[in-house]
Parts: sequence; structure tokens; C-alpha cells
Amino acid sequence: MAAARGWVSPSVLPGFGLTLGFAGLFLSFIVLIPLAALIIRAGSLPLDEFWRIATEPRALASYRLTFGASLLAAGVNAVFGFIVAWTLVRYEFPGRRIVDAIIDLPFALPTAVSGIALATVFAPTGFLGAQLERLGVQVAFTWVGVVIALTLIGLPFVVRSVQPALEEVDVSLEEAAESLGASRWMVFRRVILPTVLPALATGFTLALARAIGEYGSVIFIAGNLPMRTEITPLLIVIKLEQYDYLGAAALGLVMLCVSFVMLLSINAINGWRMRRMAGRR
Amino acid sequence: MAAAGHAVRKQESALVRALLIGVSVVFLGAILIVPVLSVLGYAFSEGFDVYLRALRAPDTIAAIRLTLTTAAIVVPLNTIFGVAAAWAIAKFDFRGKQVLITLIDLPFSVSPVIAGLVFVLLFGAQGWFGPLLRDWGIQVVFALPGIVLATMLVTFPYVARELIPIMQLQGKEAEEAAVSLGAGGWMTFFRVTLPSIRWGLLYGVILCNARAMGEFGAVAVVSGHIRGLTTTMPLQAQVLYDEYDLVGAFAVASLLMLLGLLTLLVKTIVEALGARRRRA
Repeated sequence: MAAARGWVSPSVLPGFGLTLGFAGLFLSFIVLIPLAALIIRAGSLPLDEFWRIATEPRALASYRLTFGASLLAAGVNAVFGFIVAWTLVRYEFPGRRIVDAIIDLPFALPTAVSGIALATVFAPTGFLGAQLERLGVQVAFTWVGVVIALTLIGLPFVVRSVQPALEEVDVSLEEAAESLGASRWMVFRRVILPTVLPALATGFTLALARAIGEYGSVIFIAGNLPMRTEITPLLIVIKLEQYDYLGAAALGLVMLCVSFVMLLSINAINGWRMRRMAGRR
Repeated sequence: MAAAGHAVRKQESALVRALLIGVSVVFLGAILIVPVLSVLGYAFSEGFDVYLRALRAPDTIAAIRLTLTTAAIVVPLNTIFGVAAAWAIAKFDFRGKQVLITLIDLPFSVSPVIAGLVFVLLFGAQGWFGPLLRDWGIQVVFALPGIVLATMLVTFPYVARELIPIMQLQGKEAEEAAVSLGAGGWMTFFRVTLPSIRWGLLYGVILCNARAMGEFGAVAVVSGHIRGLTTTMPLQAQVLYDEYDLVGAFAVASLLMLLGLLTLLVKTIVEALGARRRRA
């Protein structure tokens, strides 16, 4: 009986053992054991060997590009995604509902599709690439292209985090501030921004986490030049193609650790938001 | 005006408003709308006949079939998992629940390349079980089983993540009432729980399906890119693109884009239904 087990509250509902057992088993076989295999495989390397692989110049260059471009893209999204969310929540304009619906497109679009689409549009001969070329900006096969691809896939995370928070901003607070003589900009900075900031932080972190692991939408536009436009996931793929399993596992472990850190940060930010919300009530 | 007896909220000036809307439209246009429309533009750049012929190429048909097969295996399994996990998590209180939820979310934050890599390390030629599988004549990596496993790992959380909040919100009173009136477990699930979660379940399944059919990174690592055999639709788009067959690549991409648009449509409808039910 469920009541006999100390760690589960008694319930009249059936199926606890069956569903939890099945879910746990499935989770172990598909997710946990394979990920553990990566950790054990990379962990079997002697420490100095692991360190040598993880810090060779080509790997370091790939970290720089992956993290730098991801941070930049999440930053671009924090600014422009905020503006998009603001216009969607606060203004009425023709086509608003359609714009609102297509924000989720990067979620639903396979990454290879956005990858080849961006690479073609931003190629030096492409629709937007040719215009930018005339301005002296080269996008394809440079780090700028990587940032654009990562901005595309991160966009919905920021907009969808900020939108509900903006909708919940207490209008009476804004009115109070205005009746006390605050300018519109001051109201924005002192009333609106502080309320929305935690949601913006969540969106930024989610976009960053997604960007760091991204592969499909980047490799087409990046050109993949070693030391210059090669992201870390691509370097892993290259090592695998050379049957360098241990090298791939070592880099994989580095990325997995970063993912864990990102996951913890997201949980920490959510906890902070909960506490803030609880404190306000 | 304040003289009218009530405070009127000051809006931004028309100029600022127009500027912000303009920035939004240009930003979305450049990184989202133009690239998406260009897929259709290139796919149909040489006419409808060429487009259809590109889709009927034998390798492309094989890729479509492989993608459908993979999704037909992955989506039902992940759906059963999602429902089981949501039932255990939403209807019972047990220690370690939060840890379980975090572990289910784990694939969201793991790079797709890692999701493919782990199965190569396990089942590849130099993997742990590689020699054993070779002796038994079973091929996992560079074959369908590897593609299925990698896709399964990447799309693992989608159904569960959609259902857990819905089922938690609904509580368990209805099910408890059904059970105390003598209904069995399965009957309670199919008659009481399922009707109230069906829209969320539908969206979770559709999203899982879209991700399964569109997965690129994880599948690219385990597939080996054997044309006509282990290239799924996204990989086929890549192969054709690398061969400068733009019409072919974008024809395949256009099908995948259609899948994405249908997914969005279902999402919009499900959300509208949910909003109407909440109001009612």
C-alpha cells in the first residue's frame, strides 16, 4: 500500500507505482544513463589529458565564439525583444495579432530550415546580405552571422517571458507616478522596468541557454572556419567524424557542465521572482 | 484631462509610438519574416513543376519516409511517458518530485549535438556496446535505431511539460470522487482525466511531433548521412543545400516549414479554446 511507504502521502488514487515506475525507467534509459555514459567516458581520461583537450587553442576559440555570440544574441533579444513585447502589449496597430502569432515561429520551425534560410538571405548575393555588403558589413561566414542565427532562435524566449509581466504592470502605479509629476521616461525607468526586470532576466537566461547548445541554425551561415567561425557543438561533430570519441566526449562534458550551470541559474532566477512576488503581496 | 474629473493615463507621444512599432517590424522582418518567406521564394523560383519534381526525387521520398517512420515510433512512446509522468507528479505527493521534474526538463538544456553524441559513445564502433552489437549483427548508429534514440532524447520533455501544469491545476478531487464511486484506474483516467486534458495533450503531441520531424543536430551526429538510407528530411535539406541544389533544398525545407506553421495554428486554436473555457 502507498501508505506503507514513508516518502509518499497516502491517496485513494491508483496507479502511482505503475506510472512513476514507468516514467522513471523510461527517463533512465533514454536520458540519464546515456548522459551518465558521457560523463563516465570523459571522466576516464586522465585529468591532464582532459585539460589538454578542453583547452587546446581550437577549443578555446570555439568557446569564445559560442559564449560571446550567445551573450550578444541574448542581449540583442533583451533589447529588441522587449520593444517587440512592449508594442504587442501596449499598442494597437494593424497586423498586431499576426505579429503576435509569428513570434513563436522559431520554436516550431526546424533549425535546419531557419539555418539555410538565413544563410541564403544574408549571403553576399542574398536579399539582405547584398544591402549590408554595400554598407560594408559582411554577415555570412563571420561571427555576425552566428549572432543573427542565435538571435532568431532566442527571440520567442524573451518576448514570451516579458509579455505577461508587462500585462501585469499595475496601471494605477503609473498613474500615481504621473500625477506626482514624473515624466513618461521616468515612469518607465522607475515603475515599469523594475516590475518587468525579473521576467526579462528569465527570458535572457533562457535565450542564452538555448543559444549555447544551438547547432542547426548556425552552421549554414557561419562558414565554419577553424579558429574563427567554428562553434563548440560543431567542433564536437568534427571530432566524431574523425573517430576521436574521447576528444568529442571531453568537449561534450564541458558543454554539459555549462548546461547544468545554466539550468541552475534559471531555477535561481525563478526562485528570486517567486520570492519577490510573494513579498509584494 | 485631470479637469474632467478622472486621471487620464499619459501615453507616449505618437512619434515614439510609431518609432517603437517601426523598430519592432524592421527587427522581426529582417531576422524572421524575410528569411521565412525566402524559403517559399526559392522553393518555387523555377516554377511549380520543378518544385514537385524536386519533392519526387527518390532520395527525398526516402527521407520523407524515414522522418515519418521515426516520428511514428518516437511520438507515441514519448506521449505514453508524458502521460504517465504527469499522472504520478500531478496526482500524488511524494518526496523527490521537484528533482524528477528537473530531470525531465534536462533535455531542454542539453545541446542536440550532445544528445546524438551520447548514443555514439554507447553504441558506436568504438562505443561501449559497439563490439557486442557488431557480433550480434545489430546496427544502431548510422541506422534507424540511433536516429530514433537521439530524436527521443531531444523530444523527451514536450508532452510531460505540457501536461504537468494542466493536471496540477485541475487537482485530484474529480478522480478521487470517481474512484470512491467504484471506478477503476483506467476508467477514471479515460472518463475523467483525459476529457479535461485533451487539448493540452493534443498540443503537446503536435509540438513533440514537430520537434521529432524537424530535429537536426542530434540526428546529424548519429545518422552518418547515407543518402536514401539514413537522411531524414532536415538532413536531406542540408545535403541538397551543400550540393547547391537550392530548389531541392528549399522544397524539402518548405514541407518542414508547413509543419511548423500547422503546429503554430494548432497552438493558437488550443489557446483560444482554453481562454474561452476559462471565461465560461
